[in-house]
Amino acid sequence: MNISSWATAAYLVAALLFIMSLAGLSKHETGKQGIWYGISGMALALVATIALALDGGDHGGMTTIGIDLMIVAVIAGASIGLWRARVVEMTGMPELIALLHSFVGLAAVLVAWSGYLMVEAKGDAQTEVPTDLLGIHHGEVLVGLFIGGVTFTGSIVAYLKLSAKISSKPMMLPGKNALNVGALVLFVAMTVWFVIEPSLWLIIAATALSLVLGWHLVASIGGGDMPVVVSMLNSYSGWAAAAAGFLLNNNLLIVTGALVGSSGAYLSYIMCEAMNRSFISVIAGGFGMEQPASSSDVEQGEHREVTAEEVAEMLASASSVVITPGYGMAVAQAQYPVAEITRILREKGVNVRFGIHPVAGRLPGHMNVLLAEAKVPYDIVLEMDEINDDLSDTDVVLVIGANDTVNPAAEDDPTSPIAGMPVIRVWEAGNVIVFKRSMAVGYAGVQNPLFFKDNTSMLFGDAKERVEDILRAL
Amino acid sequence: MLIGVPRETKPGETRVAATPTTVAQLLKLGYEVLVEEGAGTASSFTDEAYREAGASVGAAAEAWGTPIVFHVNAPDQAQIDLLQPGAYLVSMMAPAQNPELLDALAARGVTALAMEAVPRISRAQSLDVLSSMANIAGYRAVVEAANAFGRFFTGQVTAAGKVPPAKVLVAGAGVAGLAAIGTAGSLGAIVRATDPRPEVADQVRSMGGEYLSIESPEAEVSATGYAKEMGDDYKQREAQLYADQAKDVDIVITTALIPGRPAPRLLTAEMVASMKPGSVVVDLAAANGGNVEGSVPDEVVVTPNGVTIIGYTDLAGRLPAQASQLYSTNLVNLMKLLTPGKDGELVLNWDDVVQRSMTVAKEGAVTWPPPPVEVSAAPQAAAQPAAAPAKQEKQPTSLRKRFTLVGLAAAALLLITAAAPAQLTANITVFVLAIVIGFYVIGNVHHALHTPLMSITNAISGIIVVGALLQIGTGDTAVTILAFIAVLVASINIFGGFAVTRRMLEMFQR
Repeated sequence: MNISSWATAAYLVAALLFIMSLAGLSKHETGKQGIWYGISGMALALVATIALALDGGDHGGMTTIGIDLMIVAVIAGASIGLWRARVVEMTGMPELIALLHSFVGLAAVLVAWSGYLMVEAKGDAQTEVPTDLLGIHHGEVLVGLFIGGVTFTGSIVAYLKLSAKISSKPMMLPGKNALNVGALVLFVAMTVWFVIEPSLWLIIAATALSLVLGWHLVASIGGGDMPVVVSMLNSYSGWAAAAAGFLLNNNLLIVTGALVGSSGAYLSYIMCEAMNRSFISVIAGGFGMEQPASSSDVEQGEHREVTAEEVAEMLASASSVVITPGYGMAVAQAQYPVAEITRILREKGVNVRFGIHPVAGRLPGHMNVLLAEAKVPYDIVLEMDEINDDLSDTDVVLVIGANDTVNPAAEDDPTSPIAGMPVIRVWEAGNVIVFKRSMAVGYAGVQNPLFFKDNTSMLFGDAKERVEDILRAL
Repeated sequence: MLIGVPRETKPGETRVAATPTTVAQLLKLGYEVLVEEGAGTASSFTDEAYREAGASVGAAAEAWGTPIVFHVNAPDQAQIDLLQPGAYLVSMMAPAQNPELLDALAARGVTALAMEAVPRISRAQSLDVLSSMANIAGYRAVVEAANAFGRFFTGQVTAAGKVPPAKVLVAGAGVAGLAAIGTAGSLGAIVRATDPRPEVADQVRSMGGEYLSIESPEAEVSATGYAKEMGDDYKQREAQLYADQAKDVDIVITTALIPGRPAPRLLTAEMVASMKPGSVVVDLAAANGGNVEGSVPDEVVVTPNGVTIIGYTDLAGRLPAQASQLYSTNLVNLMKLLTPGKDGELVLNWDDVVQRSMTVAKEGAVTWPPPPVEVSAAPQAAAQPAAAPAKQEKQPTSLRKRFTLVGLAAAALLLITAAAPAQLTANITVFVLAIVIGFYVIGNVHHALHTPLMSITNAISGIIVVGALLQIGTGDTAVTILAFIAVLVASINIFGGFAVTRRMLEMFQR
């Protein structure tokens, strides 16, 4: 038994630990075990890889400077990562995750480039790859590079959109579907060419193409689809790792990458189902999406306003209250006062529950994370399907910073851009209180007829301040 | 347009079709209001209060002569003659029982809206006077029972001995029944309820009552929102249940009504005779023949064994201010529906199922009964049979499609793998199997855990660091630099991802 066979064995165990980790994360009860499986798998894989690198395998040992650099890089990366993870606000989670995806993409691009420099750039002098496998190696370099590049720029754009550094509106280039398909065809042609005759300018061009395509793919997806995009990029980052595994002939990378890739794709699929969106259209970057009709922006009647004191009175006399939070609650950081109201009302015997739309917030499960942070017991936090049938028996619904997910136009108006999307039917409740900054439209750019219903009252202002006002009045 | 509110002339009627509050709301919709002198007196609303709210006060003939007339009870012939041809009359009319009234209204050329004919759909709930009156009647029934009952409702342990709580049986868990359950429960009584519709069990429990089910294959899911008459087998079991309960409970409140039919007989004279002396029975259906044998409309009867049977038919009117307020608010909600422009112009939309159902006479013709409106209180049960056939039609094509797709994918995989060199074949094998595992391993993920799951898969995809680590020490400067950066960013990903996931999971608690 040498180091190499030990490493292979360790990789197998690590891959199993990763599988158990994902399985563990599917349930609350086993979630924490799941993390530890993941961490142990990762530690095992790292130790095995470092041992392998030190031993040298085919290369005849690592240079001292290489060892130093490796230690520096891991320690620096670890401290940056731990620091970011500690300081990030729960509301900033989507951005952080998108940014982390971009790192995987970047790493995949770099690994592919290194692969090129180690093999193709040396021409016939290279000793890494047997000559008969050289063509496959060429192909793997380019595929790894391409997936990595798309993931990298795609995640960067997602990060910028989520952190509102650029507009979240979908970019509508003319013929964008043709652009996407054209880029893919071009890439296939480049790959074939590269396999026949590898050259530096070709790999540079492929890198540029992948970066541009990644940017365009995500830029043309609207803000409303962002949860799916984040999940889809998660899947891409897995495929990028798998491609790197093919390139380096490393089974651990292949297994792990494929695991992440397929589970991420499945997760995106679940979310698309929830939004009644075509999976293909989202994953291919707003493929075939129509420009929303602009006529729906007009206001559709009069709305009524209500004061925080009146809301407090309503809540205190209600027997059943449902809270449907949305991204606005996250922005205003209102989850703590909301949790406090929940606690007070529950002590008074009011049946308080939360109705969470599958795509509320900017990444899947966003609201659950925020409410959990504020210590709302998770068994009163219900899914859309669980709560929808009970809404007609509900006295008061508080809509805090949600808009499109409670829009009756999705059910009533077949011409609406969000037609057919399942929504929380809050308007069936006795009273609906909508917390909102102004009468502006939501993320999907659609006016909401809910605001003009007779049982709806608007409470304008910063969600957190208003919720605190109610708290005082209670 | 001017709305007239005449005084109710039916003996014993205490309600009025508009209150000062609703007058103000009607003015906001663009209408003017004329109230007959003394119309609100029985409900404790003075003429002065109406004037302050913005209404004018006039004589009976003036109020009946307006373009829109609000009333509580159906008008008599003299009142119909006061109506202007072409005017709108909004009141309760019991259209199913009063064909002559409808004929008279149609002959007069009046458009008549019957408040009882509001379909039971969610949208129309705010106009449903039967619900709002039943709510009051249910409450008042308990108050009447408590008045006649010689004991506490609530159980107490006092220095003077232990008092058992009263046991109340509510028959029929409609709006009145549920209101009675809630009221009796809040007075401290033990409340039981029966109803032929099994879907109300949850509603009964939500009001604090215990649901007594009558086990029967016939147990129905109502399509109209009202109860219907049941078969013989069911009736036998039901009778047994009531016979058993009658011996046990102190108070019985019966609210069973089937629209357009005599009230079902629930308690027989023998059952009443088997009740304890001092027990009270309130029969809310006395006007329609009574649920209880021996009940007399509008009267209180005491049986030879000391059971009081209350047969008041005006329970809602016994809370006049409350009943007027709810009834007149229902009317305001109706006017909101009929005044889309909020400009004081009444517009009758014949395509709106609510407006169509309520209109019983229009342009000289009787338009009762309206086309049926399906309003199931248990939507899932009704929807399933309809959805099933559609599914079956769809399946064969999608199955064939799926087979084709799977076949194509398998063929492609076969070709690629067969053509690939040995090393690649091994890689592909691992790759494909891992994809499948990836799909299944998260198949049942709890929706709340999407974010932590994504964040951990993100951390795990940092495994790409392995590739970079293998490249970092190869001696080539350019490769080393690239690999260095790759290790750096991948490490951020790994450590950051795991730490963030841990933080999130820490927060999930029951």
